Amino acid sequence: MLERARKIRVSCVVNGAAMTCETYPMARLLDVLREDLKLTGTKEGCGEGECGACSIEMDGALVNSCLVPALQADGAEIRTIEGVACGQSLHAVQQAFVTHGGAQCGICTPGMILAAVNLLARYPQPDDAQIREGLSGNLCRCTGYRKIFESVVAAVRDAETRA
Amino acid sequence: MRAFLPAYEMETPRDLAAALSRMASDPGAWRAFAGGTDLMVLLEAGKLPHRKFLNIWNLGELRGIAVTAEHVTLGALTTYAEVQRHEILTREFPLLCRAASETGSVATQNRGTLGGNIANASPAADSPPALIVYDAEIDIVSAGGARWVPYALFHTGYKNMNLRAGELIRAIRVARPRGVWKQYFRKVGTRRAQAISKICFAAAGSVEHGRIAEVRIALGSVAPTVLRAQRTEELLRGQRLDDAALQQVAQDALGAEIAPIDDMRSTGRYRRNVARNLLAEFLEVLAS
Repeated sequence: MLERARKIRVSCVVNGAAMTCETYPMARLLDVLREDLKLTGTKEGCGEGECGACSIEMDGALVNSCLVPALQADGAEIRTIEGVACGQSLHAVQQAFVTHGGAQCGICTPGMILAAVNLLARYPQPDDAQIREGLSGNLCRCTGYRKIFESVVAAVRDAETRA
Repeated sequence: MRAFLPAYEMETPRDLAAALSRMASDPGAWRAFAGGTDLMVLLEAGKLPHRKFLNIWNLGELRGIAVTAEHVTLGALTTYAEVQRHEILTREFPLLCRAASETGSVATQNRGTLGGNIANASPAADSPPALIVYDAEIDIVSAGGARWVPYALFHTGYKNMNLRAGELIRAIRVARPRGVWKQYFRKVGTRRAQAISKICFAAAGSVEHGRIAEVRIALGSVAPTVLRAQRTEELLRGQRLDDAALQQVAQDALGAEIAPIDDMRSTGRYRRNVARNLLAEFLEVLAS
């Protein structure tokens, strides 16, 4: 196959820190994060935008990083699972997943947590239907979803108690 | 990663004019790349035929939703998320908002665009039936000029469309409704969230003195292109909704008009039965 493309320089802010790497323009952002930036918390599931395992936030919007070409990440602000906790203190959603058994094998967990965190940013007090909708793009093969749903409900409740 | 990345070029034009002149310089070679929700899947599967892409994601000329007294014009890069958030679209074009909310996941809705959905030309896409019911028009541009095409005439066959090399979809325009329309949308897939349609049904109609005055019906996944059920519409126009024979006659007309096939997602027989049932449900909505 003919080689045409040259590597490009991609500069973006990942979890608050400026990052630069050189890669092909159509490299998947998922691979850039995992292999170039060594942020392996973001997982690959289906690689075709169905399962949500590679979910991240790009400029505040939830996206599947397997479907974003590196070129489009240039200049973007990105948050991965490594940027969800604040230092040693877990985000309320992460803590709720720990407390309520929201994680089993762990492959869907980073994407599931990003989806939940993004949902709470859009709807601080989501109803049950909004929680289901917000998680519907993330597939889990272990839990049957019940514990994940309950974890997010608990995170919302805990946030309300604290407020 | 199954794709050989050095084979794929991608450039970011500085504006629409630059994008169009790039496309004109080598007609057919450059393909527009927006949110990537279709093209990146093909890339990963090793099935992406094009090698040169123009990243149009940030072109302001293709963004935004403009509202006038007569029309709502959606830039081709309008995402499904933006469609659902728009107040006037939610109020006046509920079928389009329902289609947007039932296409893919939140992540897909943040990246998938109306223009991309149209240009991908899948007969199973969910926004086209709604766009057909709303008599949408497509604004197409090239380095040589611009033209409007009625959306109902845009898809000419399976994956074929009225879009020449060097042309780009700039916007989609729908006329704001006058009078009271009853609107109905239903997508049937394998699971409630994020499945590709087995069948998608969008319809709108108005009723005067118990008779169907105006009616428009469009379906996805029942023919090589999204289909407007014109013969069924003609049969329904002027009919009394309390006519006991109407259901059966209309269902038979629709059954004769569609041509669903067996494929990985469903069977032609199932799709035909569901299409008839959805028409019955729409007629109940009209009568209610």
